[in-house]
Amino acid sequence: MAGTAVRGRLTWQVATVASVAAETDSVRTIRLELPGWPGHHAGQHLDVRLTAEDGYSAERSYSVAAADGEPVAITVERLDDGEVSPYLTEELRTGDQLEVRGPIGDWFTWDTADGGPLLLIAGGSGIVPLRAILRHRLRSGSDVPVRLLYSSRTLADVIYRSELDQPADGAEVSYTLTRSQPPGWTGFSGRVNEAMLAKVAWPASENPLAFVCGPTRFVETVAELLVARDYPARRVKTERFGGA
Amino acid sequence: MTSPISRGFHRRNRPAGDGSKLPPGQYLTHDFPVLSAGPTPHTRLQDWTFSIRRGGETLRSWTWPEVQALPAENVTVDIHCVTRWSKLGTAWRGVPIRAVLDEVEYDAQYVLAFSDGGYTTNLPVKDLTGGQAWLAFDYDGQPLAPEHGGPARLLVPHLYFWKSAKWVRGLELLDHDQPGFWESYGYNNYGDPWREQRYAGD
Amino acid sequence: MELDGNAIGGLLGDVFGTDMTSAGATCASCGATGPVAETMVYLRGPGTVVRCRNCTSLLMVISQVRGLNCVDLGGIAALEVSQSR
Repeated sequence: MAGTAVRGRLTWQVATVASVAAETDSVRTIRLELPGWPGHHAGQHLDVRLTAEDGYSAERSYSVAAADGEPVAITVERLDDGEVSPYLTEELRTGDQLEVRGPIGDWFTWDTADGGPLLLIAGGSGIVPLRAILRHRLRSGSDVPVRLLYSSRTLADVIYRSELDQPADGAEVSYTLTRSQPPGWTGFSGRVNEAMLAKVAWPASENPLAFVCGPTRFVETVAELLVARDYPARRVKTERFGGA
Repeated sequence: MTSPISRGFHRRNRPAGDGSKLPPGQYLTHDFPVLSAGPTPHTRLQDWTFSIRRGGETLRSWTWPEVQALPAENVTVDIHCVTRWSKLGTAWRGVPIRAVLDEVEYDAQYVLAFSDGGYTTNLPVKDLTGGQAWLAFDYDGQPLAPEHGGPARLLVPHLYFWKSAKWVRGLELLDHDQPGFWESYGYNNYGDPWREQRYAGD
Repeated sequence: MELDGNAIGGLLGDVFGTDMTSAGATCASCGATGPVAETMVYLRGPGTVVRCRNCTSLLMVISQVRGLNCVDLGGIAALEVSQSR
């Protein structure tokens, strides 16, 4: 059977780890060599499968951190009680192999033809697919206006910070820190709320397209706030992240 | 194609290595995973009842204060989930199901437990009356948290834990066995972890 | 754990042979239609449970038993999937 399986988005392929780079203390970006990769769109994810010597296998999904045409990479946050994330962030080395399936997801993606203005709202590691969207926008020379609101616990937890601190033309980035803020902090503090969105969100009259990604509770709260600001539900795309 | 081995990767939970015996295929966990088939219900205690029903009629019903007035006991039991984690020595407080069934005259052989949110699971009556099943409302000395089935769940530790219905609201007495939620979706009708009865046909 | 249909994109791809996250699913219970990506999904239990975000009724239940994906679609009245190019 395996010999006749059509290579593509739906079959498992072997990937080789090209590099593991630290983004923060607990977050790593893993670049993968995938000779059979059909290409991906910003916002899509892939499934990773690990197999232990005793045959036990575990699968998890990770958003692709790279834009269309860039080498495949995923950004993984180590969860203390996790089974796969501690392995990927602490054990995995260049040259190791793992199985990958994808790219997956035709809904939570953005391409230049989808237009804007774009509102991207990230909670924690929810920044990963939104960063891919920002990179794709930049690389394709799009002038669609975009605003990112990124919620993290502390400044040290902000992923891709040096990149986000230098937004492209037409892109505005705001951070909110929920647990602690450094001295002299001029960004937002606390959880995303109505007052924050009043300052950041495009008015509904501009027919914005919103992408919200992060833990389930975060996404539900933010999506509700956007709908309360008259964003039509079909213009608020959501992706909920889980654990381990 | 055989999957390549992921160097250095292993299952997080381990089979018990300290002499305690686990059912076949189970692994010891020290946390308490939260698994559910739907959103957590939030029934207010003043609206909550536990009922014994038969043929579309309620034979007997208890409000929350009435359940609290029934004789409860503290039990420490091992629990085994069909997803392969086992947790040993879990401490609960609840009313033995025998105590509620004793208040009703019945001649049924089977029960379909039903919960808020629509979940059901089926059991033989004798698995509930032999001193091995409780209506549990405290876990580890605290009121049972909603994510773990609070205010009250069924506790039937001798069977796989999907039989310990969270958010339980009553028992439907039946003449003939009728599969509940997971039993209808490929899981074993009885679910004895010691005979590894995970799936239908095991 | 409660997630959404994005989390089972790979599983549904395996079952249906095509990406289903953008497929429109109509709930047999309340009639609401929306992308599979936006459904309520419960993972890591004995099976995967997919519910209508509008009314929480069951849309799909997928159990993996003895190497088979056992798929119950009884809660879905209709599915609309883009044709392949």
